[in-house]
Amino acid sequence: MLEIKNLHAGIEGKEILKGINLNVGAGQVHAIMGPNGSGKSTLSKVIAGHPQYEVTAGSIDYEVNFKKINLVGMEPDLRAREGVFLAFQYPVEIPGVPSSVFLRAAFNAICRHQGAEEMDPIDFDKYVRTKMKTLSMNEDFIDRPVNVDFSGGEKKRNEILQMAVLNPRLAILDETDSGLDIDSMKIVAEGVNKLRRKDNAVILITHYQRLLNYIQPDFVHILHDGRIVKSEGKELALEVESRGYDWLIK
Amino acid sequence: MSDVVKQKELEDNKLAGGGEYRYGFHTDIAEDKPPKGLSEDTVRLISAKKKEPEWMLEWRLKAYRHWLKMQEPTWPNFEYGPIDYQDIFYYSAPKQKKESPESLEEVDEELLKTFDRLGIPLSEQKRLTGVAVDAVFDSISVGTTHQSELAKHGIIFCSMSEAVINHSDLVKKYLGSVVPYSDNFYATLNSAVFSDGSFCYIPKGVHCPLELSTYFRINSENTGQFERTLIIAEDSSYVSYLEGCTAPTRDTNQLHAAVVELVALDNAEIKYSTVQNWYSGDKVGKGGIYNFVTKRGKCAGVNSKISWTQVEAGSAITWKYPSVILQGDNSVGKFYSVALTNNHMIADTGTKMIHIGKNTKSTIVSKGISSDFAHNSYRGLVKIMPTADGARNFSQCDSMLVGNNCSANTFPYIEVKNNSAVLEHEASTSKINAEQMFYLRSRGLDLEESISLIINGFCKDVFKELPLEFSVEAVKLLEMKLEGSVG
Repeated sequence: MLEIKNLHAGIEGKEILKGINLNVGAGQVHAIMGPNGSGKSTLSKVIAGHPQYEVTAGSIDYEVNFKKINLVGMEPDLRAREGVFLAFQYPVEIPGVPSSVFLRAAFNAICRHQGAEEMDPIDFDKYVRTKMKTLSMNEDFIDRPVNVDFSGGEKKRNEILQMAVLNPRLAILDETDSGLDIDSMKIVAEGVNKLRRKDNAVILITHYQRLLNYIQPDFVHILHDGRIVKSEGKELALEVESRGYDWLIK
Repeated sequence: MSDVVKQKELEDNKLAGGGEYRYGFHTDIAEDKPPKGLSEDTVRLISAKKKEPEWMLEWRLKAYRHWLKMQEPTWPNFEYGPIDYQDIFYYSAPKQKKESPESLEEVDEELLKTFDRLGIPLSEQKRLTGVAVDAVFDSISVGTTHQSELAKHGIIFCSMSEAVINHSDLVKKYLGSVVPYSDNFYATLNSAVFSDGSFCYIPKGVHCPLELSTYFRINSENTGQFERTLIIAEDSSYVSYLEGCTAPTRDTNQLHAAVVELVALDNAEIKYSTVQNWYSGDKVGKGGIYNFVTKRGKCAGVNSKISWTQVEAGSAITWKYPSVILQGDNSVGKFYSVALTNNHMIADTGTKMIHIGKNTKSTIVSKGISSDFAHNSYRGLVKIMPTADGARNFSQCDSMLVGNNCSANTFPYIEVKNNSAVLEHEASTSKINAEQMFYLRSRGLDLEESISLIINGFCKDVFKELPLEFSVEAVKLLEMKLEGSVG
């Protein structure tokens, strides 16, 4: 589904990713771990198409419905409409815009692109409320402006709700677990697990092994200084937990 | 539209300095344009052109003589090049085949086409339903729609020139009753040389069934537009009025100095909405309209209401403070404003709420959006007079900055002379930034939709006061202006 080849990228002339190679197949969950500053968040932003990051070499091939496209150079909204989703590490506030309006606009933009029928406000409201229930979210959430005055946990849960509503093919979760208490983390993990299907994939970016107790990854990759230095099965996360990163880096 | 084409257009817009100005065209039409310059003769000439009665000319001359003794104000928070008042044409009327058309059917084709192009069709078949339009082109009103329908309700809606002749009692009684001829430099100039504008009179107990509106078009070069609008709402009547404005793209600055007066009697309500999109100059600040306007309403009667809603998106400089004098007990004044400035535009706008009557209430909601090198100031006065027992005011002034080179200021003045008054003031400044844009776009919303959502959210409290179709227009206008600035 996703094939990253020799990806070099940076910001303001500073190279951060120095040749990433990564293959993510449909139905798989990949965890990416690594010390601070290793390039984890950059990788997620580059896949989603953040305009401030520049790709200097390599390709990000993305295949969905037997159609293969190189994401590099594509506008972020187009990537999203092709089914790429990034759950932000720091979700952004949009004052005055009710979550319901924002979510429906996004949902319909994706529907339009994929040739599906748009949903009217009443049906959409029902649809969102079912998703909210599975994430144990308050009823009033939908009328509140996007992320404004949300607690840290609420913001992260909102990201997972958006993921559930927009139903992406490739979801990238950038440190969604950081700052969450154990109960919130369980809810978030459950939300992700419910989305696991044969035809979609998840990339989990995380500092800690803790989240991986609840979401079992198929592969764990260690990122260091802009390169993937080790890739193994889920037991690698446990090893990192007990031994730290030093042994991998040297 | 394919994304490639769209991207190309966006880039072109960026080069042109923000969203392209759609109304920058010029209508090629013969003009009746007496020479430049201002003197008593100019005033007499304008009055004669309009075949005005003697009292009107006297009033104009009184204003002119007073103006000669006045100084141009220097207190605003901006500078502009000196205006040479002798280098302006004070009157310009399109020459038509028939000198004064009796009906819209006789109006020159070229003029009808111009308004068609501006999205304000005037002809019987195409004109907007539910909205009566007075179309003003430079110094004259080209025509007014739906007049007979309104007349059935006793409503008078016509050009100011017509009103001076046909309804002189009303004009005599109310003209200058809210903004006296000696009020301020630009209002006094207007009183001397005003050309056309609209006159509305809503009789007792009548709820005006249509939206009334005036569309102002400046076409002629180096011409000042000095329109004058007067709206009178008799006891227990209601009217909603809108104005729209555009002008061609030109390198030189043009002066627009209008006066608007509103009078609301007992239990009457006037809603006045403006979507101002005068040409604002190019990317480096060359050209554009100086929009120096005096707008004031008087809640003369008990329980009367006046609300000003404005979307100020054009003009090189906007300098105006639509105000309400709350004279009647329990009267209500409201001011809702969105002022958007980009490139080198300047806006110094706000309101004055003068509380005189008991239990008078006022609400001020001001949203300023500034991008590129623009300056955007809110300036407002809330004045509670000793007689205004139980007066209340709520003010909210929010600014949004796009980019790092623009500025926003808030100058709230408060004068309270009655201890029973309650005043609240809230203010905030925020930025629209690349992260917000990326967040929305990463959910599938394109550039336009993303800007639209953010601006809509910011201006929500003001847009909801506009008549529906105009709020859609207003959102589109702001999106277009900001396209080149965000992202």
